[in-house]
Order: sequence, then structure tokens, then C-alpha cells
Amino acid sequence: MPTAFVNNQEIELKEGERLNCIQAAQRIGFEIPHYCWHPALSVVASCRMCLVEVGERKPDGTVVMQPKLVPGCQTPVKEGTVVVADSPKVKAAQQATLEYLLLNHPLDCPTCDQAGECGLQDYSYKYGRGYSRLQEPKNIKPDKDHIGDQITLFTDRCIMCTRCVRFTREYSGTSELQVVARGSDEEIDVFPGRPCNNLLAGNVVDLCPVGALCSKDFLYKQRVWWLKEARSVCPNCSTGCSIQVEQNDDRVYRLKPRTNPMSQGHFMCDEGRFGWKYIHVENRLTFPVRRKNGQIRTRDWDDVIPSLQKALAKAAARAPEKCAAIFSPWMTCEEAYMLASFLRSLSPKFRLALGPVRVTGQDDTYPKDFYGRPLEPVRFTIHAEKCPNHRGVSMVLEHFGAAATMGDVLAQAEAGLEAVYAVGGDPQGWLDEAQAAALAKAQLTVVQDILPSPLSEQADYVLTGGSFAERDGTFVNYKGLAQEIHRAIRSPDGARPDGRILWELSGRRGLYSVAAIRKEMAEKVPAFSALAQGVLGEFGVLLNEHGAPEPSVVAAAK
Amino acid sequence: MPDFEPVLLARVNKPDSTSLESYRADGGYAALKKALGMAPADVVAAVKDSVLRGRGGAGFPAGLKWTFLPKDHSGPIYLCVNADESEPGTFNNRILMEEDPHQLIEGIAIACHAIRSNTAYIYLRYEYGRSYRVLEAAIKECYAAGLLGKNILGAGFNLDVYLHRGAAAYICGEETGLIESLEGKRAWPRIKPPFPAIEGLFRKPTIVNNVETLCCVTHIINRGAAWFKSIGVPPDPANPRDLGSFGPKLYCISGHVNKPGCVELPLGVTARQLIEEHGGGVWKGRRAKAVVPGGISMGFLTADELDTPLDFNGPLKAGCLGLGTAAVVVVDDQTSMVDVLYNCCRFMSHESCGQCTPCREGTKWMTRILERIRAGHGKLEDLDTLLEVAGSMGIIPGTTICGLSDGAAWPVKNAINKFRAEFEDYITTGRRAVTPAQELMAAAH
Repeated sequence: MPTAFVNNQEIELKEGERLNCIQAAQRIGFEIPHYCWHPALSVVASCRMCLVEVGERKPDGTVVMQPKLVPGCQTPVKEGTVVVADSPKVKAAQQATLEYLLLNHPLDCPTCDQAGECGLQDYSYKYGRGYSRLQEPKNIKPDKDHIGDQITLFTDRCIMCTRCVRFTREYSGTSELQVVARGSDEEIDVFPGRPCNNLLAGNVVDLCPVGALCSKDFLYKQRVWWLKEARSVCPNCSTGCSIQVEQNDDRVYRLKPRTNPMSQGHFMCDEGRFGWKYIHVENRLTFPVRRKNGQIRTRDWDDVIPSLQKALAKAAARAPEKCAAIFSPWMTCEEAYMLASFLRSLSPKFRLALGPVRVTGQDDTYPKDFYGRPLEPVRFTIHAEKCPNHRGVSMVLEHFGAAATMGDVLAQAEAGLEAVYAVGGDPQGWLDEAQAAALAKAQLTVVQDILPSPLSEQADYVLTGGSFAERDGTFVNYKGLAQEIHRAIRSPDGARPDGRILWELSGRRGLYSVAAIRKEMAEKVPAFSALAQGVLGEFGVLLNEHGAPEPSVVAAAK
Repeated sequence: MPDFEPVLLARVNKPDSTSLESYRADGGYAALKKALGMAPADVVAAVKDSVLRGRGGAGFPAGLKWTFLPKDHSGPIYLCVNADESEPGTFNNRILMEEDPHQLIEGIAIACHAIRSNTAYIYLRYEYGRSYRVLEAAIKECYAAGLLGKNILGAGFNLDVYLHRGAAAYICGEETGLIESLEGKRAWPRIKPPFPAIEGLFRKPTIVNNVETLCCVTHIINRGAAWFKSIGVPPDPANPRDLGSFGPKLYCISGHVNKPGCVELPLGVTARQLIEEHGGGVWKGRRAKAVVPGGISMGFLTADELDTPLDFNGPLKAGCLGLGTAAVVVVDDQTSMVDVLYNCCRFMSHESCGQCTPCREGTKWMTRILERIRAGHGKLEDLDTLLEVAGSMGIIPGTTICGLSDGAAWPVKNAINKFRAEFEDYITTGRRAVTPAQELMAAAH
């Protein structure tokens, strides 16, 4: 196995592995500071922060070092490569580069959004010299509000790493951002009349290692050191981007993509990035409701749950073939499993159907060309299917032998239903007035949702659930990758995470435990057997690869 | 060497020197005919044997560069002619292009045959309007006469030459900056490797040669490598890395001399000879205080170093960056070195492409420090700061992608190390600066 050396420590390279010095140093937990290099973008080696000394260890053991410093991002590590990233020469170069970068930097950290997660701050503490020798006035460039609808540019903070420019060229392909002027007068800008509004534009804010590109949505809302992160999955389409939900005091402030090579890579789209505002809308459903003859009788969970248990059991006993449930593709696998197994325990004839799967347009792939036509190879896809767990809920339903759709339930509703249990969750609405009226004709109408809908106005029971940021569970994306979502915030007063509602409804003892349900589900449902360990890790588990067959195969086997 | 017979400039003073007819009358395109009769590898070998070193500034052996092309490449292979002559003080390419364009086109054709290229691009500096018109006319003549296009001279060799006018930036003279610019992009030099010979223009193998280098190729084929090596200076035995400086060279003389101009001399002439014998001496009876050996990015020779031979090795020994473009700029003893250095730094900070941090920020910082010194607010420690900044930028310490930064740093290092007393005096006595332009105007009245 090829061996290389970083700071006198040996590292093993896998056969055919292509690492640069930065990645090789990461192997031993050593950080080579860098700005312009990003694993997803092309190498330009222009920031000159990652300069290292490089040499070669000959088979006879002698080491020959190159006389010059080289950029670590551009230099491949091969058998016998010797990287020295902590010598006085390297440290002097790092100090010099940082002094250059800070020469004209305004040092306005107290009013800068990036403070606390800023590459300039962090590296200055670690590698900088602590003071500037510039005696002339700083070169202050004007801020630019016109970069994009969601993006603003603090030009004077920019260090010209050109990550953002390369992103719009290589990932979105839309090439809105560019460098204008020359030398120390350089600035990032857009062509007049062509702002950076593509659906991946928000990523340039994350890519910016300093506080130059800022999100207008997040600007001045929160200091980043107050934010607490929770690992999650973006619920806005079936791509299932790994994200982190950042919150403080039960309020979400932003979503950020989390690097996941098994899922979407490094980035996320703006539909997802800004698609969480419904969590904090005024009209969230909060306390549960039990109605009788259109009148609200109680809004107390301790009353609603036992009473609903009884009502469902009664209906299932009276006419089980006339009982139906509509599952939402916004449910987690665990929730779908709990609801399905609970309803089937009332009666094996309980009809289980998949609710509406919202599809908008076509899959949107990037990069695109100047005219917006998609290009090959595809580097990012925003799926047309605008829900997070169609695949996972379908796998649960297939296990229970359910193949009905919402249309079937609606047709049956015209003929008269004994009970209907409908789960919503789609923040853009999932049923219209007519459909709601049809469902409400059932003797017992239960709706579990987070936002008001035509049905929640008239249902006998309204169970007020949690948004994706308030729940724990598993989403399975379009290609069968099961990833965990974690609760980031508490639900608003009166609302409860759906898992807890279903846990109590199905009469389970103790506190809701997602790991316990996941284990049970993995035991009972073969398609989920890969989740048996209960914890899915940072990147999730690809269900097909681990021996679990495709859902369609499971259905065929039955 | 007064009896040296010019080769490259042999035709410049003839009437109608730009026409194909007159070029042919002087034996033009015989070298091309001869080269087309040779195998490409033999042409490369001849140029390699001559140890023709690139005239663009770096002095890299041209024949060796040609051998870096991948063998048996399916093509296309490109030749780029670097006619983006922007080094301050340099105007030799301009004379070659304006006065004898066919000499260049013949060199291009021979080089393309040697490297098996069927397409050549001449990247011409925007400001050279006359060169553009002359070259355009010459290329047209060649197409009409079957010297360019398909089946040249019946030898089955095809070549198209395109004349591209740049948009006026110094950095386009850096070979990968030139390639980027030719591709229609911002002229940000590329990281190497891959070198252009492997992956250059349009990601194909590419050779970039200077105008004067290609003109020399014509004569090497005509007269042979041995003739070429009979001119100039053999390798310095004390420097094992010196390949020798052979062949004729165009020296540009400008600045404070009585007779500025371009002369062709064998490599190795000293700065003093150039000034005294060919430049008519320093003007107004003054003495030379400093001499730029080859464009301002090469640094300065002091009055004591004027006997330095201007070959590829000499300026190095005197602490300069190299021979560069052999553009000699003379600074007389009435001119402040602070002003000279300020002018150099201002140019370099204006022309820095801004890609690498040390160059983008460093060139500007040095300019602003010098601005402050000239405004009378200098401090002695500024000189050390200048030296430190200059020492931390360039491809020699390894902190930048291209050599512009070395060229920006070298005048600073040379000026402060060699003229430190003058800088200290300037700072401590607080003498207000007089710009060279003002002084020139005052002299004119």
C-alpha cells in the first residue's frame, strides 16, 4: 500500500486514491488552512493560504525537499511524498498571506454576519500576526445589494477566493458571478440585469469563507454562536439533501447543507434552503381538537387520545371494510409504520392509502447553459416530487399490502365511510374543499396535520403534529437512502411530534423512542432490515445495497 | 563589436521592406522551403542544437520546449506567437513586425512544420496598430502566394495563421495568461502543471514562442546551428546550469541617453558598450546612476555594474532577475531612485492580474508605501517592510502562480539593496519628490 508522510507522520493511501496535501493532512487530523480550495470545485491555487513544503522520500530512505513552497491544494500526494505543513517557513508564508488578506479588510467583525464562523477570524487567531503594518487608509469598496434576491455582497470583506464564481460556472452553470476590474481593484459582481437568482444561488453564501456574500434572509437575525445545529434532511423534495437545522430558542434561523457523498454532495437548493418558513407561521395548528356535531368539545391531549382510541376501535369493529387511512409522504417511516400497524391491529381490513404526492414540473438538473438548458454530466438535481419520504412510506404500505390511493378513498367516501384517518403535512396544502367535504362525510373523520386545511375545519378529531424540524425519524430519498432527521426545536405549545401522538394512540408504554420503533420496523419489515442497528450515522444507509430488496421486489414476493 | 552584420534587422531600412516581393528578392522563404524538405524532427533537432533561448524574457531553450510536446498526438497542436510586447522599455518585436513581417511569418511556418501544427495564432498587443495592419497585409500576401493555407510550396503542409489583437493587459504576455485570453477568458495565468506543451490552448498541446525567437528560427534553418553558435557567449563554466547565450539579440536602448533605439548585437555586449557606443552616451553630459538590464521587472544595475555582459547569465550575477527582454533603460544621476521605483511599482500593481493574494495585495501595498514616502511621510522601517513584502511574493519563493510577481518584487529588492543610502536620505531629510515627468518638462523649457 502506498505510504506518504505528513509532518513526519505516516499515512496510508488506498490504491488509485488521488489526494492533495490538504486532504492527506486531514487524514492525520491536521488542518492545512485554505480558502480557495473546495472539494467540489476546480483547483485554482490562488489564495496561497495552503502553502506547504513538499519533498520526496526515495526508496533508500533519503528525503529530497523542493526548494520552493507549493500550494497544498494543487500538489498531489503519491507514494513517498513528504509534506511539511508546520515548518517555520510555512508559518511565515501563512502569516504573510493573512496579512495581505487583511490589509484592506474592514475588520468590522462586530457587525458582520460571518463572525464566529469566519475563515479570516479563525485563521487569524491560529496563523496570523495579530496586527497590520498598513499605515495607509484602507481601500474601501462599495457594498452591492444587487447581486441577487437572496444574496448581498459586502465587497470590502471579499478575499477574492472566487469560490462563488467557480460555483456558478461549474455547478449551476449559470455563470452570473464574475470578477470585474483587475489587481487590487478587483471585485465580484454580476452583469447588469443578470442577478444571481438561480435555484442554487444560496450556496455561494455557504461557500464564501468570509462575510462577503451574505444571505439577505439571515442577515442580522442571529449571531452564529447562539445557533445550535441538528442533523436533518431537507423535506422539500425527494432528493433528500442532508442538512443541518440551525436554531436558537426554538426558532429556526437557517438551514445549511451538510456534506453527504451518498446523498446530494455538498450543496442544497434554494427551494429547500428557504422552504422552512411555514414552521413559524401564525396559524400553525397548536392544540388538538375533538368536535361533536361541529362544536369543539375539548382541546386537551389527555382527553383527545383515549377518546379517539375508543372511536377508532368502535368504527373498526362496526364496519372495518369502510375504514380508511390516508398516509402522507411527509411522514417518517417510523410514523407510517406505527400508524399502519396500529390501524391494522384494530382490523386487518382497515384500508391504507397513500395520499397525494405533489409533483411540480420536471426534475430540474444542474449545471445549465446560458439559456437555461440542462447540461451533462448532471451535478445536482432538484426533483419534481416535492415530498421527502414517498419511497419510505410506500415501502411501509407495501409491507402491509396496501396499494390504494387517495382517489380510491375519495371514491369510497362518496359511498359512505365509517372512519377516515387522514395525515397531511404538506405545507402547500394537500386537499381541496371538495375532497375535504367528501372525507368529512365519514362517520368519524380524523386529521393529523400541522397547518389548517379545509378538512381541519370540520374534522371530528384534529391531531396537531410537528414539522420536520420538530420530529425524529427516517426519510428515504428517491434512490433508497435512509437518513435520520433529528428534532431541532420544540413544537409550538399544544402541538406534538407525530411520532409521540402515534406512540400514545397505539397504546405503547413509556416515552416515545424513535430508535425502538426503528428496530421494531427493521425486524418486521424486511425492506428496512438494514436499519436494525437503530442508528443510521451521518450519511445514512442505502437500503438496496445492504441486502434489502427494492420495494417493488418485496411486493412481488408477497 | 562594431563590425557585426545585423541578421534580424538586416532588412529594416530597405524601402518596401514589408512586401513579399522584396522579402523574396532578399532570399526570403528559402528557409521554409529547406525546412519543408526536412523531417519535422530534424528541424526540432537543428533548433535544439543551436541552443536558441527564448527571447521573451525567461530564456528557456526553444528547441527543448518543442520536444515537450506529446509524441504521436492526434492533434490539433497549436503555435501561439507571443506578440504581446508590454514590458516597459521593450520595442524590439514591434520593429520586427512593422518592418519585416515576412521574416516572422517564415519563422512561424517553419516552427509549425517542426511541431506538426496546422494552426498558429499571433497574439498581438492591442496598442500595436501599425504592426496589426502590416501583419494583416503580409498574411494576405502569403495566402495569395501559396505560402500559407493548403499545400504550402507543394510540400503537402497546411497552415493557417490567425492574427488576434489583445485587449491591452501586461499579463497577457505570460504564456498561460495569453492562452486564457485567446480562449476569450480573463487572462488569469493557469496553474502548472500541466504545461502548455501538454495541455494549452483549447486544452490541446500548445507551444508559445516570442516573435524574436521565431525570427531567429528562420536564420538557424538558413545558416545552420553552427553559425548561430558562433555568435554570442559560451556557457559559464562556473555555472553548471548556464546553457550559454548564443545568437544575435535585439537590444532596446531608452531612457536618459542621447540616441535611444533598437540595435542588433551578439549576446554578451556590456551595458556600458550599449550606452556609450550605441546609445550615444548619457544625455546632457550626465552619468548613469542605474541601468535596467532588460525591462523594469529585471531590477537595476548600478553605475559600478555597467560592465556586466548582457547575456542570459550576466545580469543574474549582478543580482538582477535575468536578461529579460534586453530592454536597457538608463537612469541618469539627477533622477531620484524613489521616483523610478515608484513608477515601477505603480505599473506592476496596475498590471497585476489579481489572482494570487501576495501579488494582488503586495504590489498595491508597495506602491502605497512608496506614495507615502514620496509625500514626505516615510519612515526608515518602511524600507524593511518593502523588502519583506518583495521577498514574500513570486514564483521564486513559490507564493504565486506566474512570474509577474517576481518582476514586481525585483526592482524593489534591487533598488533598496543597491541604493539604500539614497532612500534613507530621502526619508530622513524629507525632501519633497520631483516626478521624472515634471523634471523632463522643466528641462524642456
